[in-house]
Amino acid sequence: MNAAAGVPEIVIERVTKQYGNAHAVLESIDLVVAKQEFISIIGPSGCGKSTILKLIAGLAVPTSGTIQVDGMTPQNARETISFVFQDATLLPWRTVKQNIGLGLELERVPSDRREKEIAALLDLVGLTKVAKSYPRELSGGMRMRVSIARALATNPRLMLLDEPFAALDEMSRDRLNEEILRLRSEQNWTAVFVTHSVSEAVFLSDRIVVLAPNPGRVHAEFRVELPVPRTSAIRNSPDFDAIVARVSHTLRETLQQ
Amino acid sequence: MKQRAITVLNALAVFAALVVVWQLILWIFHVPPFMLPSPWAVVRAVGARFPSLLNALSITAEESAGGLVASVVVGVLVALLFAQSRWVRKMLYPYTLLLQTVPIIAIAPLILMWVGAGIPAVTLIAFIISVAPIIANTTQGLISVDENLVHLFLMHNASRAQVLFKLRLPHAVPALFVGIRIASGIAVIGAITGELFAGSSHVGEGGLGYSILYASSQLQTDYEFALVLAATVLGFGFLFLVMFLEWYFLHRWHESARAPEAE
Repeated sequence: MNAAAGVPEIVIERVTKQYGNAHAVLESIDLVVAKQEFISIIGPSGCGKSTILKLIAGLAVPTSGTIQVDGMTPQNARETISFVFQDATLLPWRTVKQNIGLGLELERVPSDRREKEIAALLDLVGLTKVAKSYPRELSGGMRMRVSIARALATNPRLMLLDEPFAALDEMSRDRLNEEILRLRSEQNWTAVFVTHSVSEAVFLSDRIVVLAPNPGRVHAEFRVELPVPRTSAIRNSPDFDAIVARVSHTLRETLQQ
Repeated sequence: MKQRAITVLNALAVFAALVVVWQLILWIFHVPPFMLPSPWAVVRAVGARFPSLLNALSITAEESAGGLVASVVVGVLVALLFAQSRWVRKMLYPYTLLLQTVPIIAIAPLILMWVGAGIPAVTLIAFIISVAPIIANTTQGLISVDENLVHLFLMHNASRAQVLFKLRLPHAVPALFVGIRIASGIAVIGAITGELFAGSSHVGEGGLGYSILYASSQLQTDYEFALVLAATVLGFGFLFLVMFLEWYFLHRWHESARAPEAE
């Protein structure tokens, strides 16, 4: 756990989300995320995991209930939030460098400062060599790195990640998991991470929230008491396996209702 | 490269075979030259009347190019308008279909009356007939942007103009080129058809369509063939130019433009 723990970054109170007259996607969600906390949201398909992220980002509006980010409405807090999508979601007509600079450009940061930030980020995620390549020339893992660098470019206090590594092979996924933790320890952002993978959630998180489907609701919460900083070696420890087993068991419960 | 050489050789072989068949028909059926001139007579006609042929070609090229450029400019502007709302699209889109389906021959007399015969009238006809595919393709490109990309822009509080010019418009460029490719052929056909009705402001001088009509009335069938040949060359020239531009602008990032020989 981090030093700033306890001060809330996100407060979700009794949030229900319904599209039209269909059954609720999310029902009566209460969730508080502390500043600099890393939480993962995990659950079966159709439990509204991605919808929670969209609500926090202000890309969707709750049917009832309230959401506050850093004491503001999500729309007003957008400047401090970055979103990493399931696919890398890059602009194919822009080079790696131009993609990373997109957010800064949209926020009208002057180009000399932009260049400096981009150079630092390229270095940070190890993409300096491919700065002038186009997305279609990169592997899936590298594209995801570009996407993460772009998200970090605007200096977010809150990162929302929607199954960012779901399409990658296991090795790339593990490496990027380690990289995410390294980046966070350097920059101290808060993270809400949506995933299907229990071991990924355990490796990354301070806390895991398990959702149950139909309608989406909080089923259980786990605190992950593994030592920090976490290295790849921790994946082989009995403690790690024990937590993965407990979370997996709970996840199966949500399907048996 | 070798693949391409074979393609070219094949095309040339087919062409040679056609010329041979053509000549055989003349010998076997004793067709009079005013009905079907020999290949050699056509070549001679090209040589003998090269300056007037070139003049006709350049007039038609100017009209088609003018019509096509106007189509691209107007088509993209209309598409930008259509991309603003579903409501605007629903209300106005049927009228672009009207542009595509109106028989140009039926409105040619009107255009002749409004603009007068000559290059401007024909350019207008080439424009009217070629603008619809550009509107349709560009609109489709503008509105078919991945929702997550729009969300990404929203997360950075992007303005409407930023979404339009930094996201939708570049995303629509490949579709725009598909539209231009279709329009380039139609513009040439439109110009030549237009010339049949509104091609010349003084007798004896005009573009390919006008000259074809004129040569036909004088039974100069060999020259008529030469003019048709020139029209084909013009159509191909346009298509190749557009394909080159497409490759030039897109090959670095877009899949469709990676292998021009696949066309």
